[in-house]
Amino acid sequence: MDLVNIFIRSAFVDNMIFAFFFGMCSYLAVSKTVKTAVGLGFAVIFVLTVTIPINYLIENYVLKEGALTWMGDEYASVNLNYLTFIMFIAVIASTVQLVEMIVEKISPALYGALGIFLPLIAVNCAILGGALFMQEKQFANIGQATVYGLGSGVGWFIAVVLIAAIRERIRYAHIPGPLRGVGMAFLITGLMGLAFLGFMGFEI
Amino acid sequence: MAEETVIVEEKKKVKEREPLFSKKNKKLITDPLDENNPVTIQVLGICSALAVTVQMKAAVVMSVSVLFVLLMANISVSLMRNLIPNRIRIIVQLVVVASLVIIVDQVLKAYLYDVSKELSVFVGLIITNCIIMGRLEAFALGNKVWPSTLDALGNSIGYAMVLVVVSFFKELFGSGKLFGMEIFGNATEGTGLYAMGYMDNGLMLLPPSSLILVAIYIWVQKMRNPTLIETH
Repeated sequence: MDLVNIFIRSAFVDNMIFAFFFGMCSYLAVSKTVKTAVGLGFAVIFVLTVTIPINYLIENYVLKEGALTWMGDEYASVNLNYLTFIMFIAVIASTVQLVEMIVEKISPALYGALGIFLPLIAVNCAILGGALFMQEKQFANIGQATVYGLGSGVGWFIAVVLIAAIRERIRYAHIPGPLRGVGMAFLITGLMGLAFLGFMGFEI
Repeated sequence: MAEETVIVEEKKKVKEREPLFSKKNKKLITDPLDENNPVTIQVLGICSALAVTVQMKAAVVMSVSVLFVLLMANISVSLMRNLIPNRIRIIVQLVVVASLVIIVDQVLKAYLYDVSKELSVFVGLIITNCIIMGRLEAFALGNKVWPSTLDALGNSIGYAMVLVVVSFFKELFGSGKLFGMEIFGNATEGTGLYAMGYMDNGLMLLPPSSLILVAIYIWVQKMRNPTLIETH
């Protein structure tokens, strides 16, 4: 039940795009057609589900105050918290590279579909943002962290596919010149965000 | 006779060193303020631009942090541009930016703890702020130090402009304050404008309103400068 709750919260209530604006740059860049949006959406789900558990382990066994106790008692007072950013971004960049190589070997078809998007994800704020929020939320075990990663990815996927569909639909609509393109995308995202506010306080 | 003029001209060319603020260099600073604004036209670095705008103080601190990181990163990557192997340049850039962000984060935690708490994860997210990676990739890797410095200044000021404008409206109409000072009077005691029945617009404090405000910013900017209008 706890896991379901975390999933619903991270996918809908604390949606990455509408509540925190994580990954807005790629969100606006790929949302011109549904096909590319679906590709990047899956890539984000994939990378978030892989990197958040890894970062959880790093946070709990390397970075936290007293996390190094497993190496011996003399390390109990070491606090490496200030290394968080550089460790997380290194994990993310190398995982993305690794995932790219594995996917290329195992499933060339999937690689063809995700190919160009995977390297881009290393600098997508959604991934690092997810990891930093994971650190802030202090999950009890790695299962919860994984579900949080999956939920956040699904939330991002929903948001990007929804806006891509809307932007495809309004492509030939008569929009005032200055709002065409980016301006309209912002406005639509704002309205969608208002709709998503309806999930506030939603719990099972 | 003709040869002489050629020689004179060549001498002139050698003598003419580019002044520090030549037309081209000035354009590096002024361009990102309007025609090539990183947030509204290049559409980069939106996450933080939208998320930290509830209070002006946080927005200003964020802008200064981005200014520092972008400036130092642009200068150091520009200095190293001939040493960085092309294949691993993204990792090198990430490490440079991440180290600078750690410095900013530690300084904020030491001297501005309340603002640092409010910015929470968004200080860390400067690492993946696309403005920084974008400027490093597109400019610092291929240009000398001085133009890269100017480029960094221009782009971070362009970023700051949007942040300050959006947070001005959000804080003023959302909580009736600017930099924490009460402008319209005290809401709980019902003084000033509140005595006449004025009420804060709670919507302004919620995330979607910053998206709508940026959309309006883009609308006004493109209306003033029709060459920026997108055609499809």
